[in-house]
Amino acid sequence: MNIRPSEASAPLVTLANAGVRRNGRWLVRGVDFSIRRGEIVTLIGPNGSGKSTTAKTAIGVLKPDEGAVSRLAGLRVGYVPQKLSIDWTLPLTVERLMTLTGPLSRTDIDTALHSTGVAHLARAEVQHLSGGEFQRALLARAIARKPDLLVLDEPVQGVDFSGEIALYDLIRQIRNRSGCGILLISHDLHVVMAETDTVVCLNGHVCCRGTPQDVSRSPEYRKLFGARAAETLAVYSHDHDHTHLPDGRVQHADGSVTDHCHPEDGHHHGDGHHHDQHDHEAHDHAHGPDCGCGHHARLQGFETKEDPRV
Amino acid sequence: MFDDFFTRALVAGIGLAITVGPLGCFVIWRRMAYFGDTMAHSALLGVALSLLFDLNLMLSVFIVAAAVSLLLLLLQRRGALSTDALLGILSHSALSIGLVMVAFMTWVRIDLVGFLFGDILAVSEADIDLVWGGGILVLFAMVYLWRPLLASTVNAELAEAEGMRPERARLYFMLLMALVIAIAMKIVGILLITALLIIPAATARRFASSPEIMAVLASVIGVLAVTGGLFGSLHFDTPSGPSIVVAALGLFVVSLLPLWPGRSAETAIHSTHGGHH
Repeated sequence: MNIRPSEASAPLVTLANAGVRRNGRWLVRGVDFSIRRGEIVTLIGPNGSGKSTTAKTAIGVLKPDEGAVSRLAGLRVGYVPQKLSIDWTLPLTVERLMTLTGPLSRTDIDTALHSTGVAHLARAEVQHLSGGEFQRALLARAIARKPDLLVLDEPVQGVDFSGEIALYDLIRQIRNRSGCGILLISHDLHVVMAETDTVVCLNGHVCCRGTPQDVSRSPEYRKLFGARAAETLAVYSHDHDHTHLPDGRVQHADGSVTDHCHPEDGHHHGDGHHHDQHDHEAHDHAHGPDCGCGHHARLQGFETKEDPRV
Repeated sequence: MFDDFFTRALVAGIGLAITVGPLGCFVIWRRMAYFGDTMAHSALLGVALSLLFDLNLMLSVFIVAAAVSLLLLLLQRRGALSTDALLGILSHSALSIGLVMVAFMTWVRIDLVGFLFGDILAVSEADIDLVWGGGILVLFAMVYLWRPLLASTVNAELAEAEGMRPERARLYFMLLMALVIAIAMKIVGILLITALLIIPAATARRFASSPEIMAVLASVIGVLAVTGGLFGSLHFDTPSGPSIVVAALGLFVVSLLPLWPGRSAETAIHSTHGGHH
């Protein structure tokens, strides 16, 4: 029920048989995929399988040694790199970090910081943030640019599990609201957003690809990560009994349109779990706010604009 | 106008301090202290070449410093030796070649100590024009380069992904460094230029809440150090360069004293106070 990209829209980025070679060794070869507006492509694979290399090739930081990469002219990219360490000698507040690569309006900065739940840290120096807070600040910086393509290299690293689900939720909202394309690198093989349109599983080459469900069932995936891993591939998803329209109103499953969604609607992780049960373990335990099972993302995670509870 | 040698030195020194403030900040943010040292040491080779071929001194120093930084970029690409080792080789060989060449040129008499440690007596009105003219050029270039340079200091890949040219910004920055070294040589001397870049910037860190404020503060602190150092140099009859560096060090030590409301402590409390919802 998400806003699907029109099939006619030109791809933002296309990789055609792209390969990158360093010191006589292929880091990654034969990568084919494209990302369109509104599409989420997730790269998974073991360490050193070429996920970051592929992402950097897609956005032009690395040049392909074979194959071709084409980008839409004037493509605006928002990038959250995998590693980012800022020297202590550089005094940089979260607020100043936001305008690092280009000027932004006050409203855009505030909105972005709010949506990732770090508005209260706007004046904190980045060196004092925890891993998760810094990650959210970086994500805020990338989305505040209103990019055509958002490239997130392990965006949930350092974020606890409930925060992780809330972040995935936010990424989904960003896509639905702005319609940008998203290239996501997952650090965790077992968690892939259900909204992902294409999962590309890398291991120096494309080992398998398809929808999350396809990939979890593919023999290559099982061979690479073991049958156990495949069985536990958690596809994080929601019951979509309502859709957020671009103008902020909400269309419900019965076709009615309201200004807000209701607390009892699906995908608000409250008391009733509306998870897609696909590959999820049965919930046979009682949840408390600190049980860490991740089903309380809405309660202990961060604020999201469309959630009426906060 | 500046017929008094001390006034000339002071005017030139203040112009220099204002110029090097923002550059010094980038030198410490990018951890380029040794790199700055290498470029500065190569200046003596520039001096020797200027004497040998009868070239303009500042031009010759600028060309050699720029050439050394380009050479370093080339050698880094080959990746055979670590940057640290390459800098050590380039730095000391350029300095030594310069000294050896000067020794061979028996027909010239130069004040080596003046080049190495600075000489306030040597500052002419033409030098003042160069310091201020060059300084204004450097500052304008820094304003123009500020965003790409800062973004690539934080993360070059991020800067490039979002449409900037970090390699080009880095190259321009190196050329500006070479220019500043050529300008600074007479006032603080080859061996101490890096100190004038680093110490005021490091002192400013304590009081700065943003990169821009730190750059301005570094200039202000540099002006204080130059003024104090030059007065000390006049009073105690000490070489100008070391006197300026000692004054800068004094300011740095004062900045470490727990007299000031620590900017860092304040934000640490702020960030832990926030917590999660």
